[in-house]
Amino acid sequence: MLALQGGAREHLRALESAGATPVEVKKPAQLAGVDALVLPGGESTTIGKLLDRFELLEPLKERANDGMPLYGTCAGLILMANQIVGGQDAPHRLGVMDVGVRRNAYGRQVDSFESELEVKGLEASFTAVFIRAPVIERVGDGVEVLATCDEVPVLVRQGRLMASSFHPEMTGDARLHEVFVEIVRKTK
Amino acid sequence: MADTSRETGGLRVKRGLAEMLKGGVIMDVTTAEQAKIAEDAGAVAVMALERVPADIRAEGGVVRMADTSKVHEIMESVSIPVMAKCRIGHFVEAQVLESIGVDYIDESEVLTPADESNHVDKWDFTVPFVCGATNLGEALRRIGEGAAMIRSKGEAGTGNVVEAVRHMRSIGSEMKRLTTLDSGELMGAAKELRAPFELVREIAQTGKLPVVLFTAGGIATPADAALMMQLGAEGVFVGSGIFKSGDPATRARAIVDATTHFADPDIIAKVSKGLGEAMVGINVSDLPDSERLARRGW
Repeated sequence: MLALQGGAREHLRALESAGATPVEVKKPAQLAGVDALVLPGGESTTIGKLLDRFELLEPLKERANDGMPLYGTCAGLILMANQIVGGQDAPHRLGVMDVGVRRNAYGRQVDSFESELEVKGLEASFTAVFIRAPVIERVGDGVEVLATCDEVPVLVRQGRLMASSFHPEMTGDARLHEVFVEIVRKTK
Repeated sequence: MADTSRETGGLRVKRGLAEMLKGGVIMDVTTAEQAKIAEDAGAVAVMALERVPADIRAEGGVVRMADTSKVHEIMESVSIPVMAKCRIGHFVEAQVLESIGVDYIDESEVLTPADESNHVDKWDFTVPFVCGATNLGEALRRIGEGAAMIRSKGEAGTGNVVEAVRHMRSIGSEMKRLTTLDSGELMGAAKELRAPFELVREIAQTGKLPVVLFTAGGIATPADAALMMQLGAEGVFVGSGIFKSGDPATRARAIVDATTHFADPDIIAKVSKGLGEAMVGINVSDLPDSERLARRGW
């Protein structure tokens, strides 16, 4: 669990209930000890700068290119995207997933919302919390769309990489974390 | 725009933004230029205001919500969330701030209170609120009114962390005490705290506030920020401490780094080197009661 800044605690809880043994990662040495990484919501500019300052960005890119599974939510999605659309850039990114993302594109905080989503592979609907969320505007060929909100992709998967515009960790429903933990198990 | 039903302004969405700010630093700024410096340093949000608390202290007078054109200018200049302050109880200032689209409203004792008996009814708004508190009872009264985030008040504009420590310790130890009570003692505790019973019962079970708890008021150095984090703050507001110091950009960045690695003295030592002049501080015990901002609100 990347824990430089943002909503790490709820992810930790969800990962635990999905059967994983999560630890916090703030330094390169901690990164070396994990099989997979969740990139939480938070401020993507802040997390990107801290990744760069504390020398996690390059090692993380390397691990991701070597096939380490990643799940990025909200700001985490921005950090994983290989393209940022529009004026608000996020310079320090991993750029490992073939998606184009526009930051804060659902609007400011007064436009933040909750919605019930149908997710491929899940039986019942999933309550998604969108907070100043990024919009996925382009999806590459190798990327599977697992859920949409008003026909816009909001949950995507590319091999061992998963990302969502929304927060899956705030409702106590760990089903998406279970999907990710399963990806990690199959990778090992 | 949509077929899918969207619920805005719900509790999870309001409290959720504060969750995303955790582990971060929110900086007071008075211009777009300062907002850029804050964002470049790694701030998770900025607080747009007319004057920083140290200047408010020096200049006095009635202090109101910032000019909306100034807030707007700051909103245009950065991609991180922008907060702004309204006076305690001034629900129309809050309505105005919501209408121009700020991401969070701070109902703040740093401005001159507009209502001595009532705070803003924050349930009425889609935009979330953060409020100050000096102790647990005050924090729970604000949450009861709809606050989605709490900050310990400290004493703004002093560059002196002593009041922030007092308030954070007080909130922390009162929460700990609640977890030791049996259920039959909770109504008595609620009466003592002058706090809503349901919230008291919740804390007795969880040992923590149902919203994110930041700290504010007097933080001037990276070590101050890390101290507050080790005392249980989930993030830090820095007001005058940055833009009243000798080298704001460097100090801002150092405070961000120390907040992230608050439990790592080696990193705090490294980032604390060569920061230039800290803001000139004030001994809080020298302040007359009338100048103590933390006494505003209840």
